[in-house]
Amino acid sequence: MNFITQTLNGLGLGSIYALVALGYSMVYGIVQLINFAHGDIIMVGGYILYLILVNLGMPLWMAIAAAILVCAVAGVLIQRVAYHRLLVHNAARISLLITALGVSIFLQNLFMILFSSNPRSVPTLIDFGSLSLGSLAIPSKTVINIVVSVIMMVGLQLLVNKTKIGKAMQAASEDTGAAKLMGINTNYVVAFTFAIGSALAAVGAVLYCNTYPQISPDMGNLLGLKAFVAAVLGGIGSIPGAMLGGYILGVAETLTKGYVTSTAYDAVVFGILILVLLIKPTGLLGENRKEKV
Amino acid sequence: MGALKKKTGVYYGVNAILTVILFAVLLFLIDSGTLSRYNTTIITNVCINVILAVSLNLVTGILGQLVLGHAGFMLVGAYAAALFTKNIGLPLSVSLPIGLILGGLLAAVFGVVIGIPALRLRGDYLAIITLGFGEIIRVVANNLKITNGAQGLGGISSLQTRNNPAGMFIYAFAIAALLIFLSFTFGRSRHGRAVLSIREDEIAAESMGVNTTYYKLFTFVLAAFFAGIAGGLAAHQTGMIDPSKYDFNRSVEILIMVVLGGMGSITGSVISASVLTLLPEMLRDFDQYRMLVYSVILILVMLFKPSGLLGRYEISIPGLFQKLTGFIRKKSSGKGEAQS
Repeated sequence: MNFITQTLNGLGLGSIYALVALGYSMVYGIVQLINFAHGDIIMVGGYILYLILVNLGMPLWMAIAAAILVCAVAGVLIQRVAYHRLLVHNAARISLLITALGVSIFLQNLFMILFSSNPRSVPTLIDFGSLSLGSLAIPSKTVINIVVSVIMMVGLQLLVNKTKIGKAMQAASEDTGAAKLMGINTNYVVAFTFAIGSALAAVGAVLYCNTYPQISPDMGNLLGLKAFVAAVLGGIGSIPGAMLGGYILGVAETLTKGYVTSTAYDAVVFGILILVLLIKPTGLLGENRKEKV
Repeated sequence: MGALKKKTGVYYGVNAILTVILFAVLLFLIDSGTLSRYNTTIITNVCINVILAVSLNLVTGILGQLVLGHAGFMLVGAYAAALFTKNIGLPLSVSLPIGLILGGLLAAVFGVVIGIPALRLRGDYLAIITLGFGEIIRVVANNLKITNGAQGLGGISSLQTRNNPAGMFIYAFAIAALLIFLSFTFGRSRHGRAVLSIREDEIAAESMGVNTTYYKLFTFVLAAFFAGIAGGLAAHQTGMIDPSKYDFNRSVEILIMVVLGGMGSITGSVISASVLTLLPEMLRDFDQYRMLVYSVILILVMLFKPSGLLGRYEISIPGLFQKLTGFIRKKSSGKGEAQS
């Protein structure tokens, strides 16, 4: 019974990783960039939520809406200011990576100066006790995490497969040059991808604050790293893959924490990354793309 | 061709003499007590950072792969070297060189273990795997018994003593000079050209018969080796290892030195490592904003001069001298230096 509870908790944690991994995966799929700043977008979302909820005393739904909006705008802003010029000039990938790293460090240190590096505790957001299934009591946060992440993924799948902008995103990730020739405004598509990815990160931030009621300027570091590993595990560029990778990673981490070691469980994530790269670098659901010269 | 070779030989000779002179001057200043203990420590730190920046430049500048866990390799080397010198019971002048090499070797082993999965593939996996390595190695060090957990390892004896103020400086300077020399010869060797070709176009390099995985791994492991040695030096310089000092920010600091100096420019790395070590010492009040400023500099440099301030340009004192004399000769005779 304990095992099932642990697994469910793992799925709850994995839901957060999955939402963050979606953003990494989508951005990587279109511009082939590991957006290091993505983890810090979660941190921004967490702080916006905290400021509006606690400092301004506004209702929860407004705080969540504001967090999502601010994160989406921040995502587009980062893309416009920091990456756009390099993407247009077809700069070396290492330049893009270093810029992304710079944005990540900038956000972290900006928030550290603004709000000090001490963690702040977030009040309980949503709590309806627990859901009992037979003798099993699932805490509300786990239920919320899983339900929200599934809704988000279904919504994203519909967006990508059924709408015009979604098809444009697919085209741009397949071949940006050809998409441009077909009359797709790729700049707009890239900006839209950043907005959606960052909005999903904001949802992830809300779930994170609900699960672990604490925020700090460096909270995005490890969370971002794990989510990226989840994206690689599931197959980078694939939306269901990112979700699957997130769930697997969350369960693996919780089970390690419960049964093996309570201190060095982060090392498991790293071990998974090495194994994936050794055995199946394209990930579980990723396609093997041939490189063209 | 022969003339070119002779000229390179002369350049190496002049540079060697200049290095020895710089070394002798600094040694004299330290031994005579003109430079205080504090200043000696800073100069040694400059040498350590030069080792770190030049070794990182081999991977980031010459190979073109991003490494975000250089501090992790330092930490491995620091623990290996310090545990060796602490427990072996030999005099430090004997055990330190062996300890440093051991530290470097252990860091290199870690480099192989994480390098093979990442470098077999094309893409930016090395950045993420080294980022993970740097984070995880600290978590592991914080939980192991042998490393004394989060309190860190203390009581490491240092060669920098009252009677021998230049003890650590000699090692750090010598290793830095050796690494710079190696990097220059490496960059111009057959192997170095293979590595450069990978940076320019990996697919083309592979189709020309360059064993890309081997060369990528070789360069990365070489950098890890020297980062390990630098970690050993830093541990013996400060007399203790505080794992929280070898964090992600430390790795970024080294990366900034490389990026600012110019990716691929060894002399650029030396200069920016020196400046970025000395500057924070002078601007202590500014410490809180240091990383913020660094991040803005990173973004601006990448946006407007992606190859770094010096690019791939190398500053050469004999070359500078020759340009100057050539310029003067041209002015006085109006003939230019075509005949020479």
